Amino acid sequence: MRITREEVLRVAELAHLELSEAEVAKYQQQLDSILEYIAKLNAVDTSKVEPMAQVLAEGKTVNPAMRDDVMIPCEVAKDVLKQAPDAEGAYFRVPKVIER
Amino acid sequence: MMPNKKKWTVGEIRAALTAKKISAHELAHEHFARIERENPKLNAFLALCPERAYAQADKIDAMVARGAELPPLAGVPVAIKDVISTRGVTTTCGSKILEHYVPPYDATAVVRLEAAGAVVLGKTNCDEFAMGSSNENSAYGPVRNPVAPDRVPGGSSGGSAAAVAAGLAAAALGTDTGGSIRQPGALCGIPAMMPTYGRVSRYGLIALASSLDRIGPFTNTVRDAATIMGLIAGRDTRDSTSASHDVPDYMASLDAPVAGLRVGIPREYFGPGMDPAVRHNIEAGIGALEKLGCKTIELNMPHTEYAIAVYYILLTAEASSNLARYDGVRYGLREAGGGTLMGMYRATRGHGFGAEVKRRIILGTYVLSAGYYDAYYRKGQQVRALVTQDFREAFERVDAIVTPTSPVPAFKLGERTDDPLAMYLADIYTVTGSLAGVPGISVPCGKTPDGLPVGLQVFGPHFGESRVLQIANAFEKVSAESGLPN
Repeated sequence: MRITREEVLRVAELAHLELSEAEVAKYQQQLDSILEYIAKLNAVDTSKVEPMAQVLAEGKTVNPAMRDDVMIPCEVAKDVLKQAPDAEGAYFRVPKVIER
Repeated sequence: MMPNKKKWTVGEIRAALTAKKISAHELAHEHFARIERENPKLNAFLALCPERAYAQADKIDAMVARGAELPPLAGVPVAIKDVISTRGVTTTCGSKILEHYVPPYDATAVVRLEAAGAVVLGKTNCDEFAMGSSNENSAYGPVRNPVAPDRVPGGSSGGSAAAVAAGLAAAALGTDTGGSIRQPGALCGIPAMMPTYGRVSRYGLIALASSLDRIGPFTNTVRDAATIMGLIAGRDTRDSTSASHDVPDYMASLDAPVAGLRVGIPREYFGPGMDPAVRHNIEAGIGALEKLGCKTIELNMPHTEYAIAVYYILLTAEASSNLARYDGVRYGLREAGGGTLMGMYRATRGHGFGAEVKRRIILGTYVLSAGYYDAYYRKGQQVRALVTQDFREAFERVDAIVTPTSPVPAFKLGERTDDPLAMYLADIYTVTGSLAGVPGISVPCGKTPDGLPVGLQVFGPHFGESRVLQIANAFEKVSAESGLPN
């Protein structure tokens, strides 16, 4: 197996995903076959290839860092807070993080 | 009022409105009535917004009444894929985790369509967070293919494709990350266009994979696709990756003759695994292009076979990062999970996401995790550069590349759901262009002996939308006469 049960559990922990026992077993088997397929990339010599980090490298894409630093009020705070499962005033409420 | 015509082109709507044969209000009503009749069977729409639609239609009718110049999409009823934000209209991404989410703003593409006079009817079903090739990953049930209701419409933009193919909307927006516009367009038998990366603003598009996602149109004709492309393309300061290249007049070159154009046929797209009926139609389609005077040139694009592997590394990595935002705090579902913050995160995400989404988050987190980053993510980016180089080299020799859109026509519901890898291979001819950032269109190329649509894919170089549309338009005009069953 390319991926162990422990690795599936560790990755689920990193991704904050609760998985059932059945899911862990199923994902381990499915990810194993996907990783097996992906391993075909090892046949490609990439020793002289720069990783492609940008799609349009020659880009006329304007550098976002170079825009004018001006504040544009979007005035949707109320609508945004309306979407929250638990909001109070201008805050999102979550379970207590720090015990004292 | 005109007889209840099923499929409308942009031009027909304009002519009918101008001649006062139908009002925009009546046209919207006609479409809502058809949706009411046919959507229970097709499941193409998840939400409708009649108030918004009629308000816009009435505005158009007032313009007609006072003899004003009509905007280019005046009265055109459109549908919007449910991963694209619409102010005040529920936007679920086909997921339980966003079941009641109502965006506080509109995506730029939607703003531009409405500014051009389009009438937004509602939101279309899709695979959850646009992850899928059959629409069976929607939390709200699969869409059925209007051509063959026991079959899938393709995915992930299956609802948009089905809506246009069934005449429930005259056009629709979809999104394409690995084939999610082109493949359902092919399987439902309508033109479907993926623009160059950055050509259309992604502002308001709920992200799947930010280096791959694109918004594009489904239409009844290639001409309509060109019209809509001309309206939604262009720089948007709200999307820093949107390109500042001038938007050419796509209509100006649409009807130019294609004789003498060099069309590349990559060998790698005609290997085993292609349905024989698809092969037959694509070969006949290439023959039709030759009859139009296109010069076909055989190409080698040697990294094609690695594209799916690259795609499922980079896509899942980006998706796992983008989907980290669904944590039960700011929007969407929240599950208590025992009352702790971590428990809440884990329960919310574990219960709110469907199987395919969780599978991809796990794979993406894995390929980005310590110890595996170089072997997977970096390797993936390197081979992506090679796939892109194949395209760049090809476009030094040819004006466009022609391939099948999908190796198979629409398959039966449930046929592939147990094997994720088999489902991923449905995108084998489309992910290449996604990785390279080039534009592509799927245009109908006849039907199989079973009556299932086949799509011919045309790729162009970066920002070569004009050429792609020109060839697709020429092909669309002759495909009916080229011996292909339609």
